[in-house]
Amino acid sequence: MLEERRHVSDLKFAMKCYTPLLYKGLIPCTPNDIKSSVLNSEEVYYVIKQLSKESVQSQDALREEACQILDEMSHKLRLGAIRFFAFALSKIFKQIYSKVCVNEEGIQKLQRAIQEHPVVLLPSHRSYIDFLMLSFLLYNYDLPVPVIAAGMDFLGMKMIGELLRMSGAFFMRRTFGGNRLYWAVFSEYVKTMLRNGYAPVEFFLEGTRSRSAKTLTPKFGLLNIVMEPFFKREVFDTYLVPISISYDKILEETLYVYELLGVPKPKESTTGLLKARRILSENFGSIHVYFGDPVSLRSLAAGRLSRSPYNLVPRYIPQKQSEDTQAFVTEVAYRMQLLQIQNLVLSPWVLVATVLLQHRPAMDFDALMEKTLWLKGLTLAFGGFLMWPDNEPADEVIQSSLLLHSNIASLDRDRVVLKVDSRDSEVVDGLIYQHITLLTCSAYRNQLLNVFVRPSLVALALQAAGGGKKEDVYCRFRFLRDVLSDEFIFLPGNAVKDFEEGCYLLCKSETIQVTTKDILVTEEGKPVFEFLIGLFRPFVECYQIICKHLLEEEKDHFTEKEYLARVRTFTSQLLDEGASQCYDVLSSDVQKNALAALVRLGVVERKKVNNDCVFNVNEPAAAKLEEMLDGKTPVGKPVTAKL
Amino acid sequence: RSGARIRAQVGSLCPASRVVSALPQLTPSRPANLPCSLPEASPCWSQSGLAGRGRQEVLKWNGWGYNDSKFIFNKKGQAELTGKRYPLSGMILPTFKEWIENTLGVNVEHKTTSKASLSPSDTPPSIVNEDFLHELKKTNISYSQEADDRVFRAHDHKTGHCLHEIFLLREGIFHRIPDIVLWPTCHDDVVKIVNLACKYNLCIIPFGGGTSVSYGLKCPADETRTIISLDTSQMNRILWVDENNLTAHVEAGITGQELERQLKESGYCTGHEPDSLEFSTVGGWVSTRASGMKKNVYGNIEDLVVHIKMVTPRGIIEKSCQGPRMSTGPDIHHFIMGSEGTLGVITEATIKIRPVPEYQKYGSVAFPNFEQGVACLREIAKQRCAPASIRLMDNLQFQFGHALKPQVSSIFTSFLDGLKKFYITKFKGFDPNQLSVATLLFEGDREKVLQHEKQVYDIAAKFGGLAAGEDNGQRGYLLTYVIAYLRDLGLEYYVVGESFETSAPWDRVVDLCRNVKERIIRECKEKGVQFAPLSTCRVTQTYDAGACIYFYFAFNYRGISDPLTVFDQTEAAAREEILANGGSLSHHHGVGKLRKQWLKESISDVGFGMLKSVKEYVDPNNIFGNRNLL
Repeated sequence: MLEERRHVSDLKFAMKCYTPLLYKGLIPCTPNDIKSSVLNSEEVYYVIKQLSKESVQSQDALREEACQILDEMSHKLRLGAIRFFAFALSKIFKQIYSKVCVNEEGIQKLQRAIQEHPVVLLPSHRSYIDFLMLSFLLYNYDLPVPVIAAGMDFLGMKMIGELLRMSGAFFMRRTFGGNRLYWAVFSEYVKTMLRNGYAPVEFFLEGTRSRSAKTLTPKFGLLNIVMEPFFKREVFDTYLVPISISYDKILEETLYVYELLGVPKPKESTTGLLKARRILSENFGSIHVYFGDPVSLRSLAAGRLSRSPYNLVPRYIPQKQSEDTQAFVTEVAYRMQLLQIQNLVLSPWVLVATVLLQHRPAMDFDALMEKTLWLKGLTLAFGGFLMWPDNEPADEVIQSSLLLHSNIASLDRDRVVLKVDSRDSEVVDGLIYQHITLLTCSAYRNQLLNVFVRPSLVALALQAAGGGKKEDVYCRFRFLRDVLSDEFIFLPGNAVKDFEEGCYLLCKSETIQVTTKDILVTEEGKPVFEFLIGLFRPFVECYQIICKHLLEEEKDHFTEKEYLARVRTFTSQLLDEGASQCYDVLSSDVQKNALAALVRLGVVERKKVNNDCVFNVNEPAAAKLEEMLDGKTPVGKPVTAKL
Repeated sequence: RSGARIRAQVGSLCPASRVVSALPQLTPSRPANLPCSLPEASPCWSQSGLAGRGRQEVLKWNGWGYNDSKFIFNKKGQAELTGKRYPLSGMILPTFKEWIENTLGVNVEHKTTSKASLSPSDTPPSIVNEDFLHELKKTNISYSQEADDRVFRAHDHKTGHCLHEIFLLREGIFHRIPDIVLWPTCHDDVVKIVNLACKYNLCIIPFGGGTSVSYGLKCPADETRTIISLDTSQMNRILWVDENNLTAHVEAGITGQELERQLKESGYCTGHEPDSLEFSTVGGWVSTRASGMKKNVYGNIEDLVVHIKMVTPRGIIEKSCQGPRMSTGPDIHHFIMGSEGTLGVITEATIKIRPVPEYQKYGSVAFPNFEQGVACLREIAKQRCAPASIRLMDNLQFQFGHALKPQVSSIFTSFLDGLKKFYITKFKGFDPNQLSVATLLFEGDREKVLQHEKQVYDIAAKFGGLAAGEDNGQRGYLLTYVIAYLRDLGLEYYVVGESFETSAPWDRVVDLCRNVKERIIRECKEKGVQFAPLSTCRVTQTYDAGACIYFYFAFNYRGISDPLTVFDQTEAAAREEILANGGSLSHHHGVGKLRKQWLKESISDVGFGMLKSVKEYVDPNNIFGNRNLL
């Protein structure tokens, strides 16, 4: 898509005639109209009335507060700002990216959807570029520019915050659980824009940029809000559009690794942005944006929800959601993420990185090429969405991706080496350079995991189950899926299907044979089997290590911060001693996921003390889990059920 | 002054204090020379002839209404209503053809063929126990086992039913129809019939006007017992009129138009005007919880009924007095109203009457859009100043009504029309594809009507409403009476149409209307209907806490192999949508067999069980086995 931009003046592009097709039921209004209609809505009135009854605050004061909240959050979408962005982004994107590929068919479908019903855009979140790119694309294709839910952090940036505001960003506080007024105003604000069909509403299910390039487990708050108008039948339907944005090279890759290794995220600031301008001279390869088919919320909900709860209470009174509804929202979130995953494009480098990680620290180029091509075949066979330039010779493809990622790996006299030091030392900014490289690399490997997660867990289960009895394997699989469900995206309650899918893929690739009762690894399937285990073994090990650490933990209670710091020291030690090769455990992403999983499984207890979460370990349970992960203890059905 | 005149008139007919059955002489077919001073839009009900046994001689057996009234496209290709019964009869409707072509994709060249008459050999044989027949003959109640009598009473006016029959008739097969038709002439006859039915274990299906649109009269296909169609048409007398209490005691088989005509002679009316009033009966109204157009003044049937007498297999149920309100446990009338023929036969009822209003005036208001109109109706309901009738048509229905505008005779009128249109669309900036029109009917004494009218128009003005003339208002009500004939015209051109209703809280009305219409369009599209369907609604009644909404939907089924299924599924989808939007299962059409599947969820399991236990006590052997409702 950048091709055309390169030939035509950016200024002309920015000033082009922009008349997007709009929602058929749209009542044209300005951002200020929206504000006043939110302020005067029955919902906000109701909450203000309730609050003033419960507290000493007067209604007027509360209204004033609501007004301030609105001012703080609302966008001021303006064509001028969009044109400015179009101009600037066009310049920047042309500079740093070689290509932007978009599925135009998806754009056309989106265009139709926008005219029919309110639309919610749900992109994957890997980089700040995501939303800039999306708005840029929609402008380019003459579609209405979306309003985007952004974190408050941006507001801290001088100028940029306001500029984002004018290009359609609205800002939400990261936490506002207890503040009912804020919740009411915010949700009404989003719903008003949605109901009016003012503009597509865009937000990130993952809630934050995924530092590890894995899809994060979804957040439900905003999804709940955008689904509510349909639940209450204030709109006929709502379209959810999963969008997958994949990068050859992620702009923030090094920053992410620093964060994963425990360096706090730099605060978003304008000066920071200006400093970062050096990236303009770098090349970040190409971007693939895939617009998934708009999914009709109505058809997802068909026959799923009982209608009476919404019929018996006035719609402006906030209601606690029924369990049904909650389960449904959760399911929709996961479904959308699975759709995102399906359309995330894998670049050749992802394969190369995977192979390199399994053959640390260096390997022959020819071996690398052979293995990569083998993996390419396997990935395609397992349904991966691989973008491999088939018209170029394979060695050139690999060389060019090595070149693009020369900060990680280098080609040195036919040997491909993962970098272990920067020019002068092994330690950079207090971090071990090798760790940085490995985690950067694993961020690319992580992109491949989604393709293999189900068959790999079957393989791991098969290995751990000892014999090949199908039932045992399934129990193991279930157990692993359960433990790792914060790590990878599984549709809740879908274990049997996931298992069947894993088995099916393995059968299809002739890795295993499934009889009525048993599952056997075939002779020719051994390499695939080994590879799959090698790919996911690290994660199981990570959880084991963390369990071990917790067993050694001396303090009764600890906070998440303390936990992260201590796990980090513990694991660095292990790695230094050479007791483990599992670098993934260094990643705070894995550490956090593991903690969440352990809480979920009852191994760690979470308590609230003075607004802080405090954890303490249930040692027997931790020991048991550790053994089960090790494969020493059988995972009987009752155990699984208890877990 | 006029009130006094009325009283004097009635007094001479029927001394109020001695109220016995003084009116039988008023009953049967009266020559058609009574002056028809009713408002133009109401049907001219002087030429009834409905009271006769063989009503199929006057009425269509496979369509709505009178044999002589029918929409046709004349030689010039213009639409025209035959006969002389209605204000529209004999008039040319120049724009209708274009409208139906554009809206429904009808081609007047493509006509369906339907069987003109029916042959007795097509119908299943009548199976009736000899002993029963023998005993029946002794009672002197007239009966018939003729095929046409039985077929006529086998179906109601549900479009699906009509469509179904068109298809069935091509193949010459009938499902279950009644085995015998009985015409009791009084309460005692009914008692005898019910006793016989209990004795021989037969199934009775009461038949009033045959205007049900919920498959209420459909015979259960698997009913193996003899089915008696109990036709109440001969029980059509006003037994007494009580002017002190303003009540009338009538037999349940009297039709709305007969009742009004006879009461009018004494200066009274019931004011109950359902759209089917030409054919529907008092018994039918009670057993389906009917609602009338002018309920704002006169109330719905539950407000009108003072006393009911019903014959059940257990015996007769009635109250011992006519007190206007009682606290004697749950009101037993509410077991009867809405029982849809499952508990017994309503034989007599006492209903409230009112003096005929001195003055009537139509009116209409144009709103820039439907939402504004709804907001206005809500305000009117809030201030409790709704006229006798107030309806708000959406844009499509307004255009529909417009398509039925007869040819104007003078250039002046058409010039005026043009001017009006110009004023509303250009000067006031109403979008002709958005505007929505409320039709109004005021009743009462002249001064009050004018005052009332002003109040309503003032409220309307606050919502951007513009008075749009009496003429438009009147035409709005006209549509009600001819819509069923139009439906039959549609059937001849591959168009199936139906109406259905619901009631909903005020805050749901706009969303519900939009969503249900959208759902219909979407369902039709998904099911392969080639032309976008007609999907339109009106808010047709207002209440304190909500409104009644009436939908029309129709589609062109050319090119569809199984239109009946498409039709049924679309209607069911629309009902699902209504329920999901917080609408009720029915406002006045009832449940019948069409909406049974949703009754339990509508009234909860316990509620359903309560109704069931009443049925089990009253009719343990399911003599009244039409299987409606439960």
